[in-house]
Amino acid sequence: MSSTAIKKRGIAIAVARKDLTIEWNSRILVNQVAPFAAIVMVLFAFALDNDGILQRVAPGLVWLATLFSMLVVIQRSFTVESADGALDALRVAGVDMGAIFVGKAIALMVQLFVLELLLVATAVVLYGVEMTMAGFCEAIVTLVVATVGLGSVGTLYGGLAAGARGRETLLPLLLLPVVAPVLIGATRATEAAFGSGGTTVSEGWPWIGLLLVFAVLFCAVGTVAFGPLVDE
Amino acid sequence: MDTVIELSGVVAVLGQFPALAGVDLTVQRGEIVLLQGPNGAGKTSLLRVCAGLMPIERGTGHVLGIDLATNREAIRSRVGLLGHTNGLYLDLTVMQNLQFWASTVAATASEVSTAMATMRIDGRLAGVKASQLSAGQRRRCALASLIVRRAEIWLLDEPHAGLDAAGRDELDALLRSAVGSGATVVLASHERDRALGLATRTVTIDGGGAA
Repeated sequence: MSSTAIKKRGIAIAVARKDLTIEWNSRILVNQVAPFAAIVMVLFAFALDNDGILQRVAPGLVWLATLFSMLVVIQRSFTVESADGALDALRVAGVDMGAIFVGKAIALMVQLFVLELLLVATAVVLYGVEMTMAGFCEAIVTLVVATVGLGSVGTLYGGLAAGARGRETLLPLLLLPVVAPVLIGATRATEAAFGSGGTTVSEGWPWIGLLLVFAVLFCAVGTVAFGPLVDE
Repeated sequence: MDTVIELSGVVAVLGQFPALAGVDLTVQRGEIVLLQGPNGAGKTSLLRVCAGLMPIERGTGHVLGIDLATNREAIRSRVGLLGHTNGLYLDLTVMQNLQFWASTVAATASEVSTAMATMRIDGRLAGVKASQLSAGQRRRCALASLIVRRAEIWLLDEPHAGLDAAGRDELDALLRSAVGSGATVVLASHERDRALGLATRTVTIDGGGAA
């Protein structure tokens, strides 16, 4: 590995560690985002009020709650950067923006993964979802791959919206249409993992393949485009 | 003395408007140079050109021997530009902020300790979140990050803004001390009397040109 690559890796790790330390210090995910996600799941249960329907649509509800919560986490991730001009300072200091993207995306993925585990557990408890061991393994793989895609595209659009006026409303407007393919793929794969509507575990793997394509695509685009977009 | 900034007839444009119109400027290592002039004169633009953030349209310029026209990105890692914000993470402690900056340039723990001691933010302050610091303490933390980053030229835009009288005195003393340790300082300030007492040389910017 070249010295430049080692340096970039070091910066990415430092940025990820910094973002997770900020979360650890502030406890926003634990005290605000996770309760918000849980409330969304409970409200879905109240709104649908039918065990059969809830079990059928549980995968979609898990991923919708994930998307809503993700918007909050992304806003938070870039608010800490702009509060005292920290991202600008990094840019001015010539710190590699691709490495910053990777670091921020990793921190976002870790937080999203924790959140998704909580939401799946909530679905199991609240909606009465049952999983086989094979289904459980498929659900974990789905969470990992979908999280990589969501974390990458979320970081890219978070950086894009961070410097814009009205960023709070702009981010959902920009991001939600782009993550629609991930929502569809993750929901179908999770349906197979949960066995919703008589689907089998094997039906989920092609969707996971699709999620993998999006994850790779969003990672690559984000690494290349983050710097120029933030500069603009 | 060696020349760290050398600009000749530099023209820079901000959007469609000329920000600098033929600036000549030479700064030697170890100087504290005050840029003075009215609002909109081009002081901030000149600092941004020297930091490698703004391209030059005409003229020639070298910072630390690096050509501004062809390789300005390479300058960024060797200079420190401090504007109206401090570039701190408010939910991190002083120590965590500096450790983060240290990890971006592979600086050692001892370099972090030295920077904190130099800027007098060691001891109890090390464990305090940046959000709980006073304006002066935040500014000292930001200056410490420049030391950690090993910035050779400190480009400071209104460094006295938001500080009380004691904080300004302390900042001046710290800047003199930093110059004694090998840094070069170029600052833009409206605090004319105070900055004149600090600077070793004054350059007046008017209408986008240095006089």
